[in-house]
Amino acid sequence: MKLQISTSLALYSVLEFAVNTHDPISAADIASKYRVSTHHLAKVLRELVRAGILESTRGVGGGYRFGGSASRLTLLDIIELFEDIGNHAGRNRQAGASTDVGRALGVVLAEIDEIAKATFRSITVDTMLKLIERQRAKEKSQAVPKRARS
Amino acid sequence: MKDAPLALAGLRVRPAEATDLDQVIAIDSEITGKKKTDYWFELFHRYGAGRSRQRLFLVAESGDTIHGFIIGEVRDWEFGSPPCGWVFGISVRPGARLAGIATRLLDSICAGFRRAGVDKVRTLVARDNSLVLSFFRSQAMMAAPVIPLEKDLK
Repeated sequence: MKLQISTSLALYSVLEFAVNTHDPISAADIASKYRVSTHHLAKVLRELVRAGILESTRGVGGGYRFGGSASRLTLLDIIELFEDIGNHAGRNRQAGASTDVGRALGVVLAEIDEIAKATFRSITVDTMLKLIERQRAKEKSQAVPKRARS
Repeated sequence: MKDAPLALAGLRVRPAEATDLDQVIAIDSEITGKKKTDYWFELFHRYGAGRSRQRLFLVAESGDTIHGFIIGEVRDWEFGSPPCGWVFGISVRPGARLAGIATRLLDSICAGFRRAGVDKVRTLVARDNSLVLSFFRSQAMMAAPVIPLEKDLK
């Protein structure tokens, strides 16, 4: 499944801030890690601040901090700030959508959208942080040189 | 109204007994709005009292109060899957939530599944049941490689 770039940046950012809660992190640091434009990222971060998910601090040592509830904030909450999964009205305006073939295909696409929404709605930031930790542990164990394993 | 936070250290998970059924039925009724007495007695007859290593009906209690339950069994080769533990019911009294009880119940049934010789657990959750979906996700469960399908027979 492909998300819009802004949506992906928002998810990366929120999770980075949720992992590193001690000190504010600058937009430039996140942009550098993910190799994206600081300008584009700043627009995404402003939207997240407006939604109360991040807090911004100005001045020397300033940046952004996670300001939401990791146990309540879901991936869908973040995604829906930037795109509308399951925009049936939008799909219905596409050419061919009003034909019988278009309507039948719409039923299948709607099924996929509902599964995607239910998945994103069920995963909180807390759950994602646990997944990130498991992923890191798995990659660390796979990175152990073969001779060290035997 | 929510109860005072439970002392998790005093919580015990054990096989359900017949004397637990009134409280189990009450918990289920509080959550679903339906009192299913016959259903629970039948379920206990098939899954309760620790009769089978492959069928598990566990309750979480502190003192004389049952706070939650979980039911599951090992199923062999259904839907083309190797033997696997299936959780098909978990409930915690609404007033006792957020105390880790569901986690203890799931951990206990998974331990039972391991003792029965399986190394995977699955469950099925209604798409709109965000609460239970979120719980299982928080316990490191991911989407299984199966797709539930249905059609009307009327």
